[in-house]
Amino acid sequence: MTRVAAGILIVLLAFPGQAEAPKFKIERGEACVAPVAEMRRDHMKMLFHQRDRTMREGIRATRFSLKGCVDCHASTKTGSVLGEEGFCSSCHAYASVKIDCFECHTPLRQAGVASRP
Amino acid sequence: MNPERRHLLGLAAAAVLAPGLRLVELAQARSPEEAASALRRWGLLIDVEKCSDCDACVTACHEENGVTGHGRPATDAQWIRKASLRDRATGHVQTMPLMCQHCEHPPCVDVCPTGASFKRADGIVLVDKHTCIGCRYCVMACPFGARSFIHEPVTGQKPDVPRGKGTVESCTLCVHRVDRGQIPACAEACSQAMVFGDLNDSSSEIHRRLKSEPSTQLRADLALNTGVRYQHL
Repeated sequence: MTRVAAGILIVLLAFPGQAEAPKFKIERGEACVAPVAEMRRDHMKMLFHQRDRTMREGIRATRFSLKGCVDCHASTKTGSVLGEEGFCSSCHAYASVKIDCFECHTPLRQAGVASRP
Repeated sequence: MNPERRHLLGLAAAAVLAPGLRLVELAQARSPEEAASALRRWGLLIDVEKCSDCDACVTACHEENGVTGHGRPATDAQWIRKASLRDRATGHVQTMPLMCQHCEHPPCVDVCPTGASFKRADGIVLVDKHTCIGCRYCVMACPFGARSFIHEPVTGQKPDVPRGKGTVESCTLCVHRVDRGQIPACAEACSQAMVFGDLNDSSSEIHRRLKSEPSTQLRADLALNTGVRYQHL
């Protein structure tokens, strides 16, 4: 019994309550399409809104396009927003939010954009 | 339309009318902020007589849209295919490309339980994969067998053409290219037999030819008023 208790104690000590904050680098662009606080809170609403406008009405404004997100935020190393240090995946893993955008959309930056400063 | 915009458009028209010929091109490429307009009806005219024994349209389509298979023809996605017609009496064979006919009254839209299958204002019939539940009613309803269900996870999608497992897809008339003012990949690959254009625009080649030459709609008996028309069939 004491062994089990000691085991539990060790586990608790090894994993304190706080998870490690996500790690990612934003390597491109000076500013996002909206202030950081707003982006953190509302980016999903922007994407959701834009998605219907593009799909249903053919409005292809670039401000809130998912392609635009990926072009700026994809890692310069992997070219992707997914992966361990991927901009999208690292934060969503931290927040435990499962997104399925990239089941269909490519998480990779477009070839032509890669060379842009 | 607000007066400012009207003024702007007027200026644009004047600027382009002077050198001549540019008006049509400009009329096709709308601004990215502008919604697709019901004044247009995009369509294709396919001259079967000029359709040779190649599959350039199929290759171009699948390349443009990143449609790749798993080597399993029974279940692989097929946005466009070459169909052969053989006259039983004489043995005369014709081949033609067959894809979504972009009907004015699409049966796939009628049967869709979620509204995922829809017709855009400019007549292009699409699947909104965000709301598609993969029930495949539309696959059954389409008289042309134009729709495919995606059975397996997809990777390597093109940025403009998202594709994924569990949804239905078909020819989009290269909607991402049309929105940029370009023509569909198939029509670009086969300019001899395929003409793309606005069926409503009396100055377009497709309108002119449909007006002056005989053409047919596939399954005209269903009165779907297809956007894709055939000649010499």
